[in-house]
Amino acid sequence: MKSNRVMRTPGGLSVRLDVRAVTVVVLLLLAALAASVLLIGTGDFPISAGDVLKTLAGNGNAGQEFIVNELRLPRVLVGLLVGASLGLGGALFQAVTRNPLGSPDVLGLGQGATAGALVMIVLFSGSAAQVTMGALVGGLATGLAIYLLAWKRGVHGYRLVLVGIGVSAIVTAVNGYLLTVSDIVDAARAVVWMTGSLSGRDWEQVWPLLGLCAVLVPLVLANARGLRMMEMGDDVSNALGVRVERVRALLMVAAVLLTATATAAAGPVSFVALTAPQLARRLTRSPGPNLLSSLCMGAALLVTADWISQRAFGADQLPVGVVTGVLGGVYLLWLLVTERRAGRI
Amino acid sequence: MLVDSPPEPRAETAPAPPTRRAIRAFGLLVSVAVLVLVALASIAIGAKELSLEQVWHGLFQDTGTYGDVVVDERLSRTVLGLLAGAALGLSGAVLQALTRNPLADPGLLGINAGASAAVVTAMTYFGVTSLDGYVWFAFFGAAAVGALVWFLGGSRGATPVRLALAGTAISAALYGYLQAVMITDDAALNKMRFWTVGSLSSATDSTILQVLPFLAVGTVLALGLARPLNAVAMGDDTAKALGANLNRTRALSMLAAVVLCGAATAACGPIAFVGLMVPHVVRSFTGPDLRWILPYATILSPALLLGADVIGRVVARPSELQVGIITAIIGGPVFIFLVRRGRTAQL
Repeated sequence: MKSNRVMRTPGGLSVRLDVRAVTVVVLLLLAALAASVLLIGTGDFPISAGDVLKTLAGNGNAGQEFIVNELRLPRVLVGLLVGASLGLGGALFQAVTRNPLGSPDVLGLGQGATAGALVMIVLFSGSAAQVTMGALVGGLATGLAIYLLAWKRGVHGYRLVLVGIGVSAIVTAVNGYLLTVSDIVDAARAVVWMTGSLSGRDWEQVWPLLGLCAVLVPLVLANARGLRMMEMGDDVSNALGVRVERVRALLMVAAVLLTATATAAAGPVSFVALTAPQLARRLTRSPGPNLLSSLCMGAALLVTADWISQRAFGADQLPVGVVTGVLGGVYLLWLLVTERRAGRI
Repeated sequence: MLVDSPPEPRAETAPAPPTRRAIRAFGLLVSVAVLVLVALASIAIGAKELSLEQVWHGLFQDTGTYGDVVVDERLSRTVLGLLAGAALGLSGAVLQALTRNPLADPGLLGINAGASAAVVTAMTYFGVTSLDGYVWFAFFGAAAVGALVWFLGGSRGATPVRLALAGTAISAALYGYLQAVMITDDAALNKMRFWTVGSLSSATDSTILQVLPFLAVGTVLALGLARPLNAVAMGDDTAKALGANLNRTRALSMLAAVVLCGAATAACGPIAFVGLMVPHVVRSFTGPDLRWILPYATILSPALLLGADVIGRVVARPSELQVGIITAIIGGPVFIFLVRRGRTAQL
């Protein structure tokens, strides 16, 4: 490809850079940060973008500092981290299952986390922290169950998707049952959680997410090479020296951890994990899993969607999940029209 | 094998086909027997325990006693289960053949989302409160979304990928709307949380009569499509070469699936998994021939649905669990078991 540049160091090491992919990552990061600044400035007490930047740098007045640092910054950070985790997790799942629809939403991880959260909300009327823990346990348990049930001398992508759909159906039924036996107050709380919302998130949610991303993102990126080989099929990548089962297990664990933690923090925000990798791939126009650009795309998407929901419906009227759902639908329709015009499908 | 192959010398000239056909035909008879048993169980067993004499009395000497009323209710519920089950299984089988995707179910084409969105609109903005009122909204919601998916998917030139993509896209947008309404309106949430689970118990005789014509027409249409769909399953080029009319088959299949699933969903709410699972299970022992898959699905789907309904009435006595929950909780593990055994024959 002509857009590739090779960088060589004096020591004889060389790195091949895809210029377009790097540009996309930088632009997406800038977009995510710009949307974050706008989002911090939006709410019942609007702050201009300049003042937001000034306050973040530590030069704002006391009122603005409280609003920005204590109320809105953690919410935006949770949004960025959740979006990034979902984008990366989605890219991993789609690459491992080799199926563009193999996103965590389809595989039932979101449903599993929802079941955990609903148990805490409906049966125990739990606090926010307990709901988060419940969702985390639910998501991880579902991920483990899917992996173990799909295991049969190795995990096959197609079988993983099918087993995921089966598990997802069971858990969805449990969720429906929990909703029907709950009283209406708990049910209303549960529906907001199930839609995916960033409202009221504070520093307590930021730290675990940040810690997890700090460990998992480098780990995943270090294994991206093997993943790219695996897109050619298990046999070819085995022959090329990739330990397929080990890389796949490692990446699956990472993807489940990322998705479950993100879902525990913000609820099962729909469509980010499904669309972020596909949009990223369209922008970079490069093959392979596009992990880093998917990550940035997820962060940018979620924060922008939250900003839209705040602007369009008023502060905290509708959770971000409603917007991502509608945006996701619009994206798929656009995809449909353009692909059809191009004669690809 | 259920039937031993006949030891006649005839078996040497044409060994496999007649035997296999005999086994499949025999299996169909067994399935009918199973369905009859399940239907009888559905009349005899319920949340309220009745003796067999009381059931008999209710069926044949109805004098309006308490037991007779219970039996009447169970009877209409069983009829609905038979009709809706057959409709769901058939529409699932037709959609899987049409989209050449073993994972296609009515939900994939946005039919459930269309029905749900229409029902929530009827409740919130039109003040409709009775099930008889929703039925039409649900049906037209399902039909409208089905038509929209068809046109967005490219109508006459619709390909499997386009249909699936259009269905997913429209579902996503409609579920966003549904959630927005449920979050802002507690009354709608309170009704929708029961409706979306899917149940056979809420329908009355008049509801069943309303959807009956659609179910009958859809069933006949779908069963007649077995042969052309067989050709479509071989891929567009081969199907054309075989002289199949692709566009007409696709349009009719879509129509049949939407009418069947729309009517069933209108009467019971969105019941998950029957339409996905039964064709899968059936395909594992009939092979890919739709002339066998469709009849088997028509018979085994209501057996699954009614069996699940009977279990739902018994496990939570004196109240009951909705059938949609039980189908998924039973169907899910069976489905996973089949996937693990590698018996889910690909299309």
